[in-house]
Amino acid sequence: MGMKKIIELKGVSKSFDGEVVLDNIDLDIYDNEFLTLLGPSGCGKTTTLRIIGGFESADKGDVIFMGENINDLPPYKRNINTVFQRYALFPHLNVYENIAFPLREKKVKKAEIDEKVTEMLKLVALTGFEHRSVTSLSGGQQQRVAIARALVSNPKVLLLDEPLAALDLKLRKDMQQELKKIQKATGITFIFVTHDQEEALSMSDTVVVMAEGRIQQIGTPIDIYNEPENAFVADFIGESNIVDGIMLEDKKVSFSSHVFDCVDYGFKKKEPVDVVVRPEDVDIVPEEKGMLKGVVTSVTFLGVHYEIIVDINGFKWMIQTTDFVDVDEHIGLYIEPDAIHIMHKSQYSGMFGDYSSFSNELEELSDAEMELDE
Amino acid sequence: MKRSNSIFKKDRFVKRLTLIPYSSWAFLFIVVPLLFVAYYAFTDSDFNFTLDNVGRFFNATTSILNPDGTYKEVHTYLVIFWRSLKLALISTFICLLLGYPFAYIISRASAKTQKIIVTLIMIPMWMNFLIRTYAWMTILQDAGILNGILDFFGISPVHIIGTEAAVVIGMVYDYFPYMILPIYSIMAKMDNRLIEAAKDLGCNGAGVLRRVIWPLSLPGVISGITMVLIPSISTFYISQKLGYGKFYLIGDAIEAQYSANNLHFAAAIAFVLMVILLVAMVFMQNYANKKTLVA
Amino acid sequence: MKTSSKIYTALIMIFLFAPILVLIVFSFNESKSLSVFSGFSFYWYKELFHDTATLKTLQNTLVLALCASAIATIMGTAAAVGITKVRNKYLRVTLNTVTDIPMINPDIITGISLMLMFVFVGRLFGAATSLNFATLLIAHITFCLPYVIMQVLPKLQQMDKSMPEAAMDLGCTPFRAFTKVVIPEIFPGIITGMIMAFTLSLDDFVISYFTTGNGFQTLPIRIYNMTKKTVTPKMYALATLIFFVILALLLISNLSDSDSSRSMKEARKQKKLRKLEEKV
Repeated sequence: MGMKKIIELKGVSKSFDGEVVLDNIDLDIYDNEFLTLLGPSGCGKTTTLRIIGGFESADKGDVIFMGENINDLPPYKRNINTVFQRYALFPHLNVYENIAFPLREKKVKKAEIDEKVTEMLKLVALTGFEHRSVTSLSGGQQQRVAIARALVSNPKVLLLDEPLAALDLKLRKDMQQELKKIQKATGITFIFVTHDQEEALSMSDTVVVMAEGRIQQIGTPIDIYNEPENAFVADFIGESNIVDGIMLEDKKVSFSSHVFDCVDYGFKKKEPVDVVVRPEDVDIVPEEKGMLKGVVTSVTFLGVHYEIIVDINGFKWMIQTTDFVDVDEHIGLYIEPDAIHIMHKSQYSGMFGDYSSFSNELEELSDAEMELDE
Repeated sequence: MKRSNSIFKKDRFVKRLTLIPYSSWAFLFIVVPLLFVAYYAFTDSDFNFTLDNVGRFFNATTSILNPDGTYKEVHTYLVIFWRSLKLALISTFICLLLGYPFAYIISRASAKTQKIIVTLIMIPMWMNFLIRTYAWMTILQDAGILNGILDFFGISPVHIIGTEAAVVIGMVYDYFPYMILPIYSIMAKMDNRLIEAAKDLGCNGAGVLRRVIWPLSLPGVISGITMVLIPSISTFYISQKLGYGKFYLIGDAIEAQYSANNLHFAAAIAFVLMVILLVAMVFMQNYANKKTLVA
Repeated sequence: MKTSSKIYTALIMIFLFAPILVLIVFSFNESKSLSVFSGFSFYWYKELFHDTATLKTLQNTLVLALCASAIATIMGTAAAVGITKVRNKYLRVTLNTVTDIPMINPDIITGISLMLMFVFVGRLFGAATSLNFATLLIAHITFCLPYVIMQVLPKLQQMDKSMPEAAMDLGCTPFRAFTKVVIPEIFPGIITGMIMAFTLSLDDFVISYFTTGNGFQTLPIRIYNMTKKTVTPKMYALATLIFFVILALLLISNLSDSDSSRSMKEARKQKKLRKLEEKV
C-alpha cells in the first residue's frame, strides 16, 4: 500500500445549533486505502464525510487534499465523489444518462462518454442496462449505478455514506465483496461510513471508531478487535466482558478476586484498569478447576455455539461455547493469558461490558433504532 | 467564528433571492390589506377613529311589514347575518349528508372508477360559476325545465325559485365538490384492513362506521365543512339570482355598500364577518384536534 | 359497486351535470329561450363571434390569466424553494400561515381588502380612479400564488435532499444542479400549479369585481353585468366553448402528471426490454 497521504483533517470541529458534532478531529487518510468511519448514530461520522465531500464546512480546522487546503473549495471542484445513502440517482435520466452525467457536465466528447460509460457498466456488472429507467432497478442495481456514476470521472477518493444500509442481509454481504473488489481494481481511496461493525471489520484496511464527535481509535480491523483502546471500542466492536481490575505489575492483573497472568505491560503499579475478555476466549471447566466460579443464569442456542450468561459474584459474563451447560449449573472459567486485554480507565469505564440486562431482542431493537435515526 | 466555503454563501444568497420577493409580496398584498379592512372599519370618511361603522352593523334597524299589517322593528344587519348563517349551515349540512356516503362509496370503488368519478366531480367546477347559477335559474323557474319534466310525468308543478330552498340548492350545488373531495381523500387513504379488523373484533356495520370510519375521517369532514361554510356564508350572487334578491345575505350587503361607495361600512361588515369566521375556525380546529387525539 | 351505490352515484352525477347539460344544450337553441328548446342551430355561436365587446373581454381575461399565472408560477416556485430552506421553525410556520390566508379567506374579503388598500394608496397619490389592470393583476397573482406553492412545495419536500448535492458532487454548480436535477424533479408540480393558477384566474369573478376599474373588464364581470338583464344563449355558447377549452387543458395536465399513466407506460417499456433480454 502506498503510504502517501491523500486527505488530512487537522483539528476539524463542527457544531449545529450550538451542539458539538465534531470535536477537534485529526485524521490522515492514505492513498489506495479502504478506510471506514465506524460509530453509532450521532457520532459525527457522516458529518466528517460531508466535510470531506464539501457539503458542510468545518467551523474550525483544515481539510487538506493532496497537500492543498480545500476548506473553501465547493464540492463540484473537488476531485472527490460520493455514493449517497439512498443513492440519489436522477429519476428523470436512465442508467446511461445517470452515469454519463458528470462527463456531460465536463463537456467530454460523445465517443469518450460512450466508452467510459460502457467500461463502468462492465465494472459494476450492469452491461445491457443502459436504457433502463433507474426507478425500475432493484436496490442492489441502483447501488451499482450510483457507484458507476461516482467513479466514471475518475475521482481520487470515493466517499460512501452507509451505502448498504437499505439492502437486505444477503445482498449486503455480496455488495461488501463487490465493493472491496472494485476498490482493489480501481485503486481509488474509499472512505466508507457505517454503523455496522461486522461490515467495517470485513471490508476495511483501516477502521476509525468514532463516538460523540471524537475519534476513539484508528487501526487495522485486527488491532481494533484485539487491542481496543477503551471500553467504548471494546463494547462497540463485537461482544466483550469488561471488568474492573488492578494492574499489580507487568503481566499480572487482578480482577474478580483472582490474580491472572496476562501479556500487557507498561502500566503503573496498582493502576486501576479496565479488563476485556472476549466471550469466545473463555473456556468452561469443572467448577473446582476454574480460575473463576459462577452460576449459569441463561443459555441461548445460536446454531454455531451457545451463548451463556454466567453470574460471577454478581457480575454477569457472556461466554460463547460449543459445550452444553444447563441453567443453574455451577461452572468454572479458565482464561488464557493472551485472552486478557488491559485498557487504561476512560470516560467510558463502567458504562459497558456487563450483561446483566442483556437480551438479544433489545440489541436488535437498538440497532433498528440506530438505523432509523440516520 | 463560523467560516463557510463559497457554496454556503451561495446557498444563503439563493435563500434570500427566493424568499425576499415572495415574503414582501405576501406581506404587502395579503397581510397589509387585511389591516386596511380593520383600519377602514374603525374610521370615518376623514379617517378619524370611530366605532360608528361597527355600531351600525349591530344597531341599525329596519321596519318590516308583518302579515297582520303592523310594522316590526328588526336589527337590519343582524337579521341578514343570521339568515346567511342559517342558509350556509343548512347547505353545509346537506352537503355533508349527501357527500359523506358518496365519498365512502367512491373510496371503496376500484382505482380506475375512483379516478373517473373524482374527475367527473371536478368538471362542473370549471364551468363559470355565474353561468352555472344562471342555468339553475332556468331549471327552477316556475315555467322552467324542472316543472316541464314534472308536467311530462303528470306531476303538479313546484314553486321553488325565489324561495330560500332555491338559494340552498344553489349553494349545495356550487360547493358540493369542496365537501366530497377532502373527505374522499382521507377515506381513500384509509386502510381497508382497519375495517376488516373492526369487523373481526365484533363490530357490526353501524359500529364500524361509528367507531372506526367516522373518527378516522373526521379531519376530512372538518376541512370539508370549512370549505363549504366559508364560501356559502359570504356568497353574493346565488341569492340575487335564485332567491330573486328577496334573501339579502351578508355578501350582498358588502357588495351593496361597495357599489354605493360606502367603503368604511363595507369594511366594517367584512371585518365582523372575518372575526366571526376566524373564531369559528379556531374553535373547529381545536375540536378536530381534540377529537382526533381521542380517536 | 353495489347497485344501491350505483344508483346513488348516478343521482349525484345528474345533480352535478344538470345545469352544465342545460346550458350546453341551450347554447344550440334556435330561439332566444333558455327553457324551451325549439331547434338545433349554431346561430348563437355565430352571434358570439360577431360580438366584439364580449370577444374583447375574453381577450382581456386570457391576457390577465396568462400574465397572472406566469408570474405566480415563477414567484411561487421560487418561494417554495426558499421555504424549504428555512430552518427557523417560527418563520416557517408564519410563512405557511400567511400563504394559506388567500385560500381560506372568503373571496369577498380578499377582494375588499385589496380594493381598500388600492383605493387608499391611490388617494395618497391623488389619483381619481386607482383600480385598473395593474391592481387586477396584483390581485390575481396574490390569490394564485398559494395554489402554485401548494403544488410545488410537496414535490420539493418529497425529493431526496441528496439529489442536488449529488449533482454538485458530480461537477454541477449550484445553479446547474437546480436546473438539471431539481427542476425536472418538481416539474409536474410546477405545471399543475400553473394550470391551476391559469384556470382560477380565468374563472374568478368575486375578487376581480372588487379590484378592477372601469377601464378593464374581464369576461366574468361582463357575464355578471349581462345576467343583471336577460341572458341570451350567446353567453351559454361562450361558456360552453371556455368549458371545453379548460377541460382539454385539465386532461392534458392530468395525463402529464398522473403517476399511474407514467408508471404504466414505464412498466410496458420494461416488459419489452425484459423480453429483449431474454431473447439475447
